[in-house]
Amino acid sequence: MTVEPQASTTLPTVQRRPAPSSPSLTHLQRLEAESIHIMREVAAELRNPVMLYSVGKDSAVMLHLAMKAFHPSPLPFPLLHIDTTWKFREMIRFRDETVARLGLNLLVRRNEAGLAEGITPFTHDSSIYTQIMKTEALKSALSSFGFDAAFGGARRDEEKSRAKERVFSLRSDSHGWDPKNQRPELWNLYNGRLKPGESVRVFPLSNWTETDIWQYIMRERIPLVSLYFAAKRPVVERDGQWIMVDDDRLPLRPGEVPEMRSVRFRTLGCYPLTAATESTAATVPEVLQEMLASRTSERSGRLIDHDEAASMEKKKREGYF
Amino acid sequence: MLGFAQAADLEASLERKTTSQYLHAHERKSLLRFLTCGSVDDGKSTLIGRLLYDTQRLMEDQLAALAVDSRRHGTTGDDLDFALLVDGLASEREQGITIDVAYRFFATEQRKFIVADTPGHEQYTRNMATGASNADLAVILVDARQGILTQTRRHSYIVSLLGIRHVVLAINKIDLVGYSQAVFDEIEAAYRSFAEPLGFVSLQAIPLSARYGDNILSRSANLPWYQGPTLIEHLETVEVDSDRRAAPFRMPVQWVNRPNLDFRGFAGTIVAGVVRPGDRVAVARSGVTTLVKRIVTQDGDLSEAGAGEAVTLTLEDEIDASRGDVLAAAAERPEVSDQFAAHVLWMHDDPLIPGRPYVIKLATSVVGASVTDIKHRLDINNFAKLATKTLEKNEVGFINLMTQAPLAFDPYSQVHETGAFIIIDRMTNHTVGAGMIDFSLRRASNIHWQALDVDMNARAIAKGQRPVVLWFTGLSGAGKSTIANLVEKRLHANGKHTYLLDGDNVRHGLNRDLGFTDADRVENIRRVAEAAKLMVDAGLIALASFISPFQAERRMARDLFADGQFIEIFVDTPLEVAEGRDPKGLYQRARNGLIQNFTGIGSPYERPEAPHITITPDLSAEEAAELIVSYLDRGSYLGNVTG
Repeated sequence: MTVEPQASTTLPTVQRRPAPSSPSLTHLQRLEAESIHIMREVAAELRNPVMLYSVGKDSAVMLHLAMKAFHPSPLPFPLLHIDTTWKFREMIRFRDETVARLGLNLLVRRNEAGLAEGITPFTHDSSIYTQIMKTEALKSALSSFGFDAAFGGARRDEEKSRAKERVFSLRSDSHGWDPKNQRPELWNLYNGRLKPGESVRVFPLSNWTETDIWQYIMRERIPLVSLYFAAKRPVVERDGQWIMVDDDRLPLRPGEVPEMRSVRFRTLGCYPLTAATESTAATVPEVLQEMLASRTSERSGRLIDHDEAASMEKKKREGYF
Repeated sequence: MLGFAQAADLEASLERKTTSQYLHAHERKSLLRFLTCGSVDDGKSTLIGRLLYDTQRLMEDQLAALAVDSRRHGTTGDDLDFALLVDGLASEREQGITIDVAYRFFATEQRKFIVADTPGHEQYTRNMATGASNADLAVILVDARQGILTQTRRHSYIVSLLGIRHVVLAINKIDLVGYSQAVFDEIEAAYRSFAEPLGFVSLQAIPLSARYGDNILSRSANLPWYQGPTLIEHLETVEVDSDRRAAPFRMPVQWVNRPNLDFRGFAGTIVAGVVRPGDRVAVARSGVTTLVKRIVTQDGDLSEAGAGEAVTLTLEDEIDASRGDVLAAAAERPEVSDQFAAHVLWMHDDPLIPGRPYVIKLATSVVGASVTDIKHRLDINNFAKLATKTLEKNEVGFINLMTQAPLAFDPYSQVHETGAFIIIDRMTNHTVGAGMIDFSLRRASNIHWQALDVDMNARAIAKGQRPVVLWFTGLSGAGKSTIANLVEKRLHANGKHTYLLDGDNVRHGLNRDLGFTDADRVENIRRVAEAAKLMVDAGLIALASFISPFQAERRMARDLFADGQFIEIFVDTPLEVAEGRDPKGLYQRARNGLIQNFTGIGSPYERPEAPHITITPDLSAEEAAELIVSYLDRGSYLGNVTG
């Protein structure tokens, strides 16, 4: 179920590039060129890169930019998806469709030990669950393949500690981040020199905002998981937020009865930890319109960020993306 | 597929048209990158928080979190403390200071903005330079009560050094001086006279209060005497494009795109000028020229591409070009050199020391380099030129730089992307400095070695030996000279041609102008290594006996020689043993504070990681000499040399 954004039917013809000798590029053109530049630097300077693919809208944009950066060559690195087994079913379907459509090399890794121990979003605190099923699985995958660079789709506008992270963000041999000891990053000169065991996380979308992402999706007609668009979906209200009943593994609390509501998601993750918002925005322009009127940030739907003060900084120090 | 489109009745389609017009306009926005800088309490973070708040980039959940944070850590009583929005790291919120560059984003109807919030603390000047390196404009904050401070001057200088030509002088906290025009006029006049030599193209002074929002978005009724634009009005309209497309074409090659034998493309970002198929371009270093065949993108071939665009070019001829090369307009090429004069901002705790080997990255080239001379250091408070032997963290110097290979470049003032470089420490890989090339010291094409008919090999054959340097390193009193003397005697007795360089014969002559600071130690070793190199070239077996405590300098010495010409011998005597011997009484004097920087006491000794020979403490001097001579024998240094 791939949703082709319908922007083209309702919008004026988009001018794809400036008229000859136009003096300056638009902000989307500058962002696109910067991201492509970063990706090519990694391909040229690092030994064994990989691109984290989370199936979400930022990953979709990052993948689209990578295809542009290396065209007409295939991607010079594989994709890696960390599967907690609690992703929306629709995400997994979309992931496999995308890989087949673009002829990509996708690696999927799970924390099998964590699964065997029965760690789920319901049996464990969300920060422990995330640490074990996402962070540990990621670290183990990066180490076992010997990847020295991993692209991530994080943006600086998402969260305060992200705002201070470099584009090339050094990680120790145990994948730790030391925010006070980051390399200065000047101009477009990225320092990718590593000691044995060290690696870099690379964030080519650092300077994009959520609005930029959606405008670019519209301009480039990038396919997205349908969960980003409103549809009637079975949800329960839990702690003031709408949680989708994506399969029969969601234990219903007393009094909870799934109901069909028109909802969509601003961000995607593990379904029991990702709140839906009520919405009727079913196309990219409608989503953009809704977003421009919105008064909450996209991460407010991410239950894991609310757990503790400085939670993201703490997770990142431990190796979270 | 979601079937919402068919639900569009007339009203909805009208509404959508409005939206799409809005979206279309939004997509056509330009981008302005600016940084805010100023002294510690001038209110930079508050200003950015205010900009985000006034342009409605703050969401309800973020405001709720801010209200909680303001009560917990804030400094503004019951008001929202906007500074807490940008102090993203836990340690910053605890200490109430900004320690790192933070990037923030907001947009108005006209423009999208990326703001670098940079710290005011002196020790974080490097972060300010980082923010400035990608900025089109700088907002320099001044506290109206304080006027222009040392840090204001420092930051203005760095802004100018990094080539920013557009400045806003934001005279903040104007509410605290009674919205006084006299105060504003006085500060503006003082700043204009100070900034005159900095070459700013535009300088707009604005009186404002970040805390209360005066003159940020809308005009303040408290400041009726001010006729100029508000901060947002100015940022929305200031023209900063220096028309990089009008400059000669430059594209550093990032990556060679070879999906198959039929396609060979050069991928890179155009940093200056415009390129079209059919244009004649040159590979700057080799001088080879050819024509551009295609400008390839996934969206189809382009008929033209210009500065700022990331493209892939194919060329008419199969020419040799790879990462690190610059494709340039054949008629107006960059210079090529391996010696440069440049301004450098030092960013690391370990000082810049001339002669020490570093790595630099300029555009897509990464090469070994060393600073041959620091012409002067700049006092960035009054632009005075000061003599110095090293550059400390946060200092700016004007240096001569030599690279191991020639590089194509433009002066930084002409094209930032082909004139800027970073300096990387070879051992730690830290980014330790940022540099901007001013000019080439000479054309690399003029450099060539005098080809001599009688070469090292000829001399070595005449002497019946393989020339080599034996480099003894270890603590003072370790026994280096004793062992080296024994080795030389045995070699001499065998008819070999040798020379022993040690501190005693070098410090009194060649190096008598040098002391024992870190910088002088580096220069000492550099001269000794060069002298040893001449001796090896003369066919000798040279023995160099020096404490040489730093890995970087031993590496530098080693790099001067071909494989097999340099043998590192580590005389591994523990500090207690060496200090117990103390043949010259130096340790005693160092312990008594009479000698500064004495290795092992006031200055570190960095153990070699992979010496060729290690003399362990259990060996006598005679046994050590025997070990070394037999190593030379096995390596056929002492036999006849053939051809």
